[in-house]
Amino acid sequence: MKTLKFLIEKEFKQMFRNPLIPRMIVMYPIMVLLVFPWAVSFEIKNIRIDVVDHSKSTYSKRLTDKIEASGYFILNDTPPDYRTAMLNMEHNETDMILEIPSSFDTDMVKNRTSGVGMAVNSVNGTMGLLGSNYITQIVNDFSSELRSELMHTLPPQSRASIKRMAQIDIVPQYKFNPSLDYKNFMIPGFMVLLLTLICGILPALNIVMEKENGTIQQINVTPVSRIHFILAKLIPFWVVGLVVMIISVSAAYLLYGLWPVGSVLAVLFSAIVFILSISGLGLIISNYSETMQQASFLVMFFILILILLGGMFTPVSSMPSWAQLIAAINPFSYLADTFRMLYLNGSKLADVTGNLLAMGVIAVILNGWAVFSYKKRG
Amino acid sequence: MKAKVIEVSGLTKKFGNFTAVDHITFDVKEGEIFGFLGANGAGKTTAMQMLCGISMPTAGAGTVAGYDIIKENERIKRNIGYMSQKFSLYEDLKVWENIRLFGGIYGLTDKVIATKTDALLERLNFREERNTMVKYLPLGWKQKLAFSVAIFHEPKIVFLDEPTGGVDPAMRRQFWEMIYEAADQGITVFVTTHYMDEAEYCNRVSIMVDGRIDALDTPAELRRQFNADSMDEVFRQLARKAKRGD
Repeated sequence: MKTLKFLIEKEFKQMFRNPLIPRMIVMYPIMVLLVFPWAVSFEIKNIRIDVVDHSKSTYSKRLTDKIEASGYFILNDTPPDYRTAMLNMEHNETDMILEIPSSFDTDMVKNRTSGVGMAVNSVNGTMGLLGSNYITQIVNDFSSELRSELMHTLPPQSRASIKRMAQIDIVPQYKFNPSLDYKNFMIPGFMVLLLTLICGILPALNIVMEKENGTIQQINVTPVSRIHFILAKLIPFWVVGLVVMIISVSAAYLLYGLWPVGSVLAVLFSAIVFILSISGLGLIISNYSETMQQASFLVMFFILILILLGGMFTPVSSMPSWAQLIAAINPFSYLADTFRMLYLNGSKLADVTGNLLAMGVIAVILNGWAVFSYKKRG
Repeated sequence: MKAKVIEVSGLTKKFGNFTAVDHITFDVKEGEIFGFLGANGAGKTTAMQMLCGISMPTAGAGTVAGYDIIKENERIKRNIGYMSQKFSLYEDLKVWENIRLFGGIYGLTDKVIATKTDALLERLNFREERNTMVKYLPLGWKQKLAFSVAIFHEPKIVFLDEPTGGVDPAMRRQFWEMIYEAADQGITVFVTTHYMDEAEYCNRVSIMVDGRIDALDTPAELRRQFNADSMDEVFRQLARKAKRGD
């Protein structure tokens, strides 16, 4: 144990003397949290729309205004017929066409129901899907708005009939992230991303650097135990990861007012368990590599897999079963899930025990492997 | 008759089809300065690394400091010091920090390390360089420091792999004085070198050619055997047979 003290001391001295690493540890989280939450978003805004208004009534005008006011659409044009609108779409001037029939207002008043036509350019699938969802919601919203207004204008005896024919609306309730702010959803994910990059790449390059410098030979010829050597490599990144987390949590609060609804200590604790596993992976890569080039190539490859199959950008539940299998041994997906639960759902430490346990098991296996793959004798 | 601190027989190391070390058998006695000579690529470093427990022999057996080189390599490491051919202290640590690190690894306490460090820096005339980052030291000083670190924990045997490579003659002389001091303290010195004048300083020398030991005796006896005036000539006679180039 005494040896460990000397080794850890050495690792910290080297880390702080590195001209880049200490700055990176501070700047990385700040830059990522400052920039990415605004840019990396699946929220679709500024969808260009053409409204073909055959009705030219007050109601159709109101619907058009409502669409424009939603913030999701830009009214590109109000062409006289569908054909002109279609030409616009073909020339990539508009993304959606809404066709309002000439009988719109009379249908609304007399029959209490009406239809609108919609055409979506689905070259960009996500935009097509989301765009049509938005329109459907707006139209539904509009129709229930109208109905409640009409209720009051009609004589009392007719009201009952409207009530009877009240249509069923789907009213989605968004829990835990009521404003549906994509940033709130992505920021905990970015924190996991930061930990993965910093606490995965740095250890991966660390041992291999000692190999390139030849210093590892001087260590190998001493009686230092393999466990001590690996622990001494691991513990500094633990501390680094914790610092990154403290900066990230503070930055998320200061920049976006986002604070874990659950316990902030649980956030830090789960981060610690995760760091152990990801740094373990980095050390394994370092042990198997002979040069920095090999190590960086390998670590990038694995980190890419961890991130893309980790449920940060796309939900794990919608992946094919083989990918879900990978997610089951992917510490990234456990922490992304844990952070979102703690940040958005207000879960307690007890609610994420399963995730912590899984990450703990992964950490033990990976670090055991790291000790095993560190060979003092070639 | 002094005890043998290194004893190996049939020691062999193959890398694929290439036999770097080919069945070497020799012993080194306690307190001896043992010169391990050979041309570039003769297999000196590989042989030394097997003795130090950082390279696994393909065949053969032996003991170093009384421990088996195959099974007890980690125990051997408690009893030896090693200075590699390529300078391998931490360049981004200060002089005292390197000393402290390796002292600590060998189990010395903070207090012992502090006292010994002061004495060492005094002896080397390194007091001023105590806080110098090792990368800023000139090569000769680096080599002296590396040697001092290798014997800081007072090992039974110290292995030196071309310790004076690239160092000027005055510095080489000082270095050999340090080697003698260490030998006087009872540390067995196992040293590889290219310089034949240095071979004369050794108690016994072995000369490796193409992975085998072709000659092993005291410098005087070798000169007599090969009917040569100097070790240089002995070496040239043997090296002529070598098939491996640089």
